[in-house]
Amino acid sequence: MDKREYQWAWLMVLPVLVLVAFSAVIPLMTVVNYSLQDILGRSAFFVGAEWFEETLNNSRLQAALMRQFAFSFTILAIQIPLGIGIALLMPKRGWQASAVLILITMPLLVPWNVVGSMWQIFTRGDIGLAGFIIRELGYDYNITANAVDAWVTIIIMDIWHWTPLVALLCYSGLRSIPEAYFQAARIDRASKWATFRYIQLPKLTNVLVIAVLLRFMHSFMIYAEPFVLTGGGPGSSTTFLSQSLATMAIAQQDLGPSAAFSITYFLIILAVSYVFYVTIMNMQKEKAAQQGAGGAE
Amino acid sequence: MSAGASRESSGLRRSLLALYLFFTLLPIYWLLNMSLKTNQEILGTFSLWPEALNLHAYLRILTDPSWYMGYVNSLTYVFMNMTISILVALPAAYAFSRFRFIGDKHLFFWLLTNLMAPPAVFLLPYFQLYYSVGLFDTHIAVALAHCLFNIPLAVWILEGFMSSVPKEVDETAYIDGYSFPAFFVKIFIPMIRSGIGVTLFFLFMFSWVELLLARILTATEAQPIGAIMTRTSTASGVDWATLSAAGILTIVPGLLVVYFVRNHIAKGFALGRT
Amino acid sequence: MEWMVWTLPTALFFGVIATGLLGMTIWEVVSPTIERKGFLPISTTRGDRFFIGLLTSAYIHLVVVGFTDISLWLALGVSIVWMAILMRWG
Repeated sequence: MDKREYQWAWLMVLPVLVLVAFSAVIPLMTVVNYSLQDILGRSAFFVGAEWFEETLNNSRLQAALMRQFAFSFTILAIQIPLGIGIALLMPKRGWQASAVLILITMPLLVPWNVVGSMWQIFTRGDIGLAGFIIRELGYDYNITANAVDAWVTIIIMDIWHWTPLVALLCYSGLRSIPEAYFQAARIDRASKWATFRYIQLPKLTNVLVIAVLLRFMHSFMIYAEPFVLTGGGPGSSTTFLSQSLATMAIAQQDLGPSAAFSITYFLIILAVSYVFYVTIMNMQKEKAAQQGAGGAE
Repeated sequence: MSAGASRESSGLRRSLLALYLFFTLLPIYWLLNMSLKTNQEILGTFSLWPEALNLHAYLRILTDPSWYMGYVNSLTYVFMNMTISILVALPAAYAFSRFRFIGDKHLFFWLLTNLMAPPAVFLLPYFQLYYSVGLFDTHIAVALAHCLFNIPLAVWILEGFMSSVPKEVDETAYIDGYSFPAFFVKIFIPMIRSGIGVTLFFLFMFSWVELLLARILTATEAQPIGAIMTRTSTASGVDWATLSAAGILTIVPGLLVVYFVRNHIAKGFALGRT
Repeated sequence: MEWMVWTLPTALFFGVIATGLLGMTIWEVVSPTIERKGFLPISTTRGDRFFIGLLTSAYIHLVVVGFTDISLWLALGVSIVWMAILMRWG
């Protein structure tokens, strides 16, 4: 790379390091400490790896993990293509561009538990628009009793909530492409698909990295929206990992087991995200190497 | 491609976009509709719009301190967090985008891992930590807690913006005799103005919408609006109108922020060298 | 600090990690790493291999604790050997 080596750059990073370490390292250490002990009020007993053994063999948590993966990959598979599509459809300039931008961003600015309340109101059979209409059409729609209804509703809610983020990032990425590229493509009589594949998509790589990683991480930690909308039910059909954890940590006050669960949870996210990150960085490196070999200055 | 076909496809594009916008706005409209009705009307009849505009719920929220202070509290810690995050993230992002130093890549990934830490993991230690340093139930506690994910995000986005500024800009400035701080403030920051605008938008957004941490770190003095809203559901039923009005009001500050940064977003950013 | 409920094993654990990081930094200052391709599918620096080693070791421990009755000391031993292999040939 063309970066200069400069060890004093550490000083510029130091404030970030201190602040984030205060918020991240101290609590993380505490969680590790909790995870090996049985804590009752003021006294703590060392129990070794017992909580980990319990957590890993807890079938409820295993089921929540499977649901979590199913949920995260479903919404990624829908939101990323949909977001790119919306970004391609958005007007490029003028007041329409501003108006569409502002309207599309709205769901992102709603606090997460309000998103839950909003969709709860929207889908209720008695006072909700969606719930009422679907029932009028003759389908017995009920998210508190039917697991499939609850699942579909949560996925639609998440699409409503988060597709704007993908669309916003992609829109900005698309807007950064100089007009000259499109003129060249028009002169070459490139098809729409070819223009997308060879001009627009490559420019979107960096913003898509952010979009995919952010969407994966946030969907993997989803808590407030399903908690308010379905409470994790019916049964435990929409109980995701964060909610299981919050139940253990807050409602049941099981510090040790919930700490062990936290660490396992974090390790899973860490591994998946690292694989994502490395794969994407490697793809970019290879691309850069190809370009470097092709167009040596 | 003929002009007719182009007009046809542009018509199709418009309708598809309109369809998506309709989907986006429908739940929000419904919330607005609820907020303008009385509770009797909400539970009594099903109608697509309110019979008469009823601003009772809004008046109640905007005149009762125990309600509107929730918005003030939320905005206070959000702006504190934005200030802290952007100030420390700017130099750090510059360092990551311009220099190589020992551990730079690992440090960057470590920062990203903090975006991945589920807040639920940290709830109890956070409570204990802020309680023991005497910051419990203050705005700064929430602002600092939100730094956990907002600083890494700011560094990540700003690094992308800075990397798209050619290095020659820096070098020319040094040749012209600028010191580093003068260059950074007078030349570099104006060049990435859009980037700062976009970053501030994301910082606002993620701090404004997060509630799990904000709720556990506050009791009465710094309670966010999201926590106050739970008051609407009581043993005698849910006060749908007030809940809806409070919900609608949570969107307003964000809309103002988007309005200010809309041109920066529309200007486009590719984040880094593509 | 009392609320952090430190115990000897966790203190040792963090001590080892901190020493490891410090050691890696000193090693890096003394002789800077060269990115190379080993048996791992990507080319890595020394620090990358160290991180991958720690993460996989954590998983080795989890598997042993959760799904077998093998002693944790054995998992620790396997992890150390694995770490050495990774640092040398990874």
